[in-house]
Order: sequence, then structure tokens, then C-alpha cells
Amino acid sequence: METVSYFAIILGSILVNNVVLSQFLGICPFLGVSSKVETSLGMGAAVTFVMSLTAVVAWCIQTYVLAPLGIEYMQTIVFILVIAALVQMVEIILKKVSPSLYQALGIFLPLITTNCAVLGVAILMIQKEFNLLQSVVYSASTAIGFALALVLFAGIRERLEFEDVPAAMKGTPIALVTAALLAMAFLGFSGLV
Amino acid sequence: MNKLSLVLRGIVKDNPTFVLVLGMCPTLGTTTSASNGFGMGVATMAVLIMSNLVISLIKNLIPDKVRIPAFIVVIASFVTIIQMLMQAYVPSLYAALGVFIPLIVVNCIILGRAEAFASKNSPFDSVLDGIGIGLGFTLSLTVIGAVREFLGSGSVFGHSLGLNYTDAATGSQMSYMPLVFILAPGAFLVLGYLMALFNKFAKK
Repeated sequence: METVSYFAIILGSILVNNVVLSQFLGICPFLGVSSKVETSLGMGAAVTFVMSLTAVVAWCIQTYVLAPLGIEYMQTIVFILVIAALVQMVEIILKKVSPSLYQALGIFLPLITTNCAVLGVAILMIQKEFNLLQSVVYSASTAIGFALALVLFAGIRERLEFEDVPAAMKGTPIALVTAALLAMAFLGFSGLV
Repeated sequence: MNKLSLVLRGIVKDNPTFVLVLGMCPTLGTTTSASNGFGMGVATMAVLIMSNLVISLIKNLIPDKVRIPAFIVVIASFVTIIQMLMQAYVPSLYAALGVFIPLIVVNCIILGRAEAFASKNSPFDSVLDGIGIGLGFTLSLTVIGAVREFLGSGSVFGHSLGLNYTDAATGSQMSYMPLVFILAPGAFLVLGYLMALFNKFAKK
């Protein structure tokens, strides 16, 4: 039973309820950083890292600080500050410990603070009343879903660059229509879990 | 600066959705119907006006280095207030918008206006700017919501246009309209084409 439910969480958040294509979280980086496959891989990795870390910290704060004190309404304020601080900290630590990793992920880290997927997942996992392990699995697989959508989309956009697009459709409009087709493909996964 | 143009430019020239392309997540996520889009727009506008006002009042008290975290705390406080008000007075809208209400905090429009406008201008001008950008956002969300609601469920603002039939097998009400416009792909598709139309006719 336990393993099945973890499997359902993983499959559900990567494919069925894909964070970008069906829950509309993290659209800004999805449209902004997805012009090259390489950069979108970097962004995906950075988001996966930060999101999993946020899940642990946010879950602990909710369970051991906010809930016992009965101040759950402070959730939004506390979580956004935690995420901002966490991103800053990860940046500083990476810079010291692993300069090569910092080179690869560094430029994406400041962008993550305003990635609504990170805050969204932290709020959703509390709403779904997951335990710590479930929360981490949920966050990590949601982030993998984000990375998957980003890389797929970047692949399409690399090809799109050489196509002759009507002037009014250039840029964001054609990207949105492309995303619609991708979302339609992901709609095929619904009912899987 | 002309006060009226301050309000009006948020609607077409600096439209947050179609020109600045900011705040895409709620734009796509909450516009399943015209009234949901309108509700989201008004909630965001309320936060935007209040945060613009407060930030412009305290702009000289905040040290430059911690300005962004300070802005975020102000914005998050107003989001929490709006969240509680909505939960109390419009519970059905609160349920429909779900996680997107707390996510107003990370809506780039609000932090963007705080940084670009409210931290440099007078409180009165900042409120006007908030009203303008807020109206532009509300208007875009309502239009997108109305188009999706009409195409997807054959109604406008919850009023059915009689495009339904009763399914003979199950006896339930079915719509002749393609449901996909209410679902995720429809959001991307409608916004994409509306933006193309906007580029063609309004951006001249």
C-alpha cells in the first residue's frame, strides 16, 4: 500500500498533474528560460535541488513552529521568506564548496525566488497533509516534471526559431500555442493514476 | 505627469498581460470562467494598490540593501489579509482560485511595480499606478476567462447560452462546446491567440 501511494505521487506529479502544463505554476521560467535545451537542463536541475530542500524546511516549520503555535495564517509570509533565504544560502554555499556547480547553476538561483512553483508546491504539500517523506517525494517529482516540461519545450523552440512565423505571432504567442499542443499531449496521461 | 494617463496606460500601453507578459501563472490558471478571472484580477488589484501605497510611504525608511525582502514582507502581509477576507466573504471564489491566492505574493507584477514605480514616486501617484495596472490585469483576465468560458462551456459569466443538450444515455447535461478550452491546453491556446490579436491591432 505504502509503495503504491509513493508510486502514485511520483507518476501523478511528473506526468498527470504536470506542474507547468496542467497546474500552471512556474510559467515565467517556462517561457523565459526555455529557448535552449542546455540552459533549461540547468534551470531544471537548480529547481529540483531548491524545491526538495524547501520541502524539508517548509514541512519542519509548518509542523514544529506554525501548527503548535496556531499561527498557520502566517504561512504565506514565512514560506516566502524561507525560500528567499534558502536560495540565498544555497548560492553562498555552492560558491564556496563547489565552484563548478555554481558556474552551472549560479545564474538560475536568483530567478528561483520568484518561481511560483516553489512556493506553490510548499503550500500544496501542506494542504495535502503529506508526511515528511511524502512531501520530499512529491516536491522532487514535481520538480522533475517541471524539468521535463522545460526540456521538451526547449527542444521544440529550438526548431521553431527557424520557422517562418506570422509577425503578430512571433515570440510569446507562438510559444503559448506550442505549449497548448504540449499540454494537450500531457492530457493523454490523465486517468493514469 | 498627467494623472489620468497614469491610470489609463496600464490598460493598453503597459498592459501587464499582453504587453509586459507578467503574472502568467494566475492568468492561465484561474481563467476557467469570466467571473473567476475577474475575481482573481480584483484580488490582485487590491494587493497591488495597498502595497504600492505602503511601499511608497515607507520608501525612505528602508535601507537599499534589504529593499526586496522588505517589499516582499509588505506584499505578503496584504496577500494574507486578502486571503482571510476572501475566505470569510466569498468562500466559493476562494475555493475556485485555490493556491493562486497565496501565490499573489510571487506575482511579478506586484514586486515589479513596487521596484519600478512605488519606490520612486509619491504615494498618490503610486496608488494611481496600482489602479491602472490592476485594471489592465483585471480586464485581461476577465476577457480571457470570458472567451474560455464561452468556447468551453457555452456560457458567459455563468449564464448558459442554451448550447446544452441532455445526454440520452446518462441523463446528464452535456455541452456542445469543446470542453478542452476549460482544461489546461485551452488556457495556453486562448492566451496565445489573444496575444497575437493584441499585437496585430493594439500595439501599433
